[in-house]
Amino acid sequence: MGDLFIIPVIKLLVIFGVCLGFITYTTWLERKALGHFQLRYGPMRVGFHGLLQPIADGVKNIFKEEVVPENADKAVFILAPIISISMAVILLAVIPFGDPITIFGKKITLYIANPSIGILFILAFASIGSYGTILGGWSSGNKYGYMGGLRASAMILSYELSMAFAVISIIMVSGSFSLVDMVAAQHSVWNIVREPVAFVVFFISGIAELNRIPFDMPEAESELCCGYNIEYSSMKFALFFLAEYTHMFVFASLVTTLFLGGWHGPLLPGVVWFFLKTFLIIFLCIWIRATIPRLRYDKIMKLEWKFLLPVAIANVIVTGLVMAIFV
Amino acid sequence: MEKSEIIVVSKNRAEKGSYVKPILQGLGYTLSNFFKKPVTVQYPDEETKRSQRWRGLHKLNLDEKGELKCVACGLCAAICPSQAISLVPYEEEGQTRYPKKFVVDELRCIFCGFCQEACPKGAISLTQIYDYVDYCRKDFEFDIEKLKTTGRM
Repeated sequence: MGDLFIIPVIKLLVIFGVCLGFITYTTWLERKALGHFQLRYGPMRVGFHGLLQPIADGVKNIFKEEVVPENADKAVFILAPIISISMAVILLAVIPFGDPITIFGKKITLYIANPSIGILFILAFASIGSYGTILGGWSSGNKYGYMGGLRASAMILSYELSMAFAVISIIMVSGSFSLVDMVAAQHSVWNIVREPVAFVVFFISGIAELNRIPFDMPEAESELCCGYNIEYSSMKFALFFLAEYTHMFVFASLVTTLFLGGWHGPLLPGVVWFFLKTFLIIFLCIWIRATIPRLRYDKIMKLEWKFLLPVAIANVIVTGLVMAIFV
Repeated sequence: MEKSEIIVVSKNRAEKGSYVKPILQGLGYTLSNFFKKPVTVQYPDEETKRSQRWRGLHKLNLDEKGELKCVACGLCAAICPSQAISLVPYEEEGQTRYPKKFVVDELRCIFCGFCQEACPKGAISLTQIYDYVDYCRKDFEFDIEKLKTTGRM
């Protein structure tokens, strides 16, 4: 009974609580770090250095008026943020956070599930999550939202490819689809050393998948006002926002798992290493956002189809050849 | 010529697609900014330094006995280019004149400081207060009681 039911429930609560707390504070970190990159302070008023800002934002969002536009497709309009957030949060289930630990003589693994196709699970659900963006933009009955949704689908269609090819080379190196096995395979050498090209391709296309600057086409403020979420207000908007940051957390932890050796690291316990690496990747995302302006739409497509995809495919072929000859 | 802080990406280079170096340069630049002290002034907590000659809200000065220095001569009202000052003098037998009513409309005032210069008694002067808010226009017509306490709160 205990093993079957109680431990998984406790694990669920702890992992989702910790992760969602981490994600909520990513919004704070982003505003704060962006501020400092631009010689500002960022939030300072709510709590010590704005530490309570995420809570204040949440309270504000809950009490805001909800507007459903007149010519919106109401059912889809309401469904879109739900798809977005649920598909984002599901991804947390398969991320391995650390070594198995022993509490009260019971061995507890630090992941909720370890399907043998973990990485495919993540790629698949991340793609379903983008339906939230597309449907949200389409159902708003707003041309800007529609354009944002279109752009989102184009971006995700193209960048999913190079991302998947980068992942394929990692699967070849570690010989498994399971994220736990992938981390275990990096015990001695991290994959970033074995597959630097795949890391670069995965990172760039990951940022594009996240719709973050410099690839924030679906929500290009200067062209589309706000993009796919233009008609959303109140908690629905907050759900989109939260889904975006959950995707960012999942992306950072994927980079950690696939390339930076997961929970492996000296001295500190595995979970600390995992969150440290994840934090660094998130910081890198924010840093890039503070530096690079948005690319023009055709250049984004050019970058993917003429550069990243060929490079990723070449990388897979080279990896295969090297493995065939030397291993 | 002073070294410009702007990172120049030449057109030629951008066409060749070698934007890796400029991006790394840009990342270095933003990171160096990250560790600098922000230039923001946290306004309600700290304020920027104002000039010594800054002209803000009016104040009616008091003498040693705590009486108004003003003798209601009307010079300030006469010189005021925007006619923001209106006063009614009052005089009892054998005593100094004093203003019965002295109203400065702070919304009309252009803060030229002429009233301060014209005053023979040094009775009116401008303080350095510039951040004043209220709920209606009427509240900006400062009467004697309000002018006495400006900057002494």
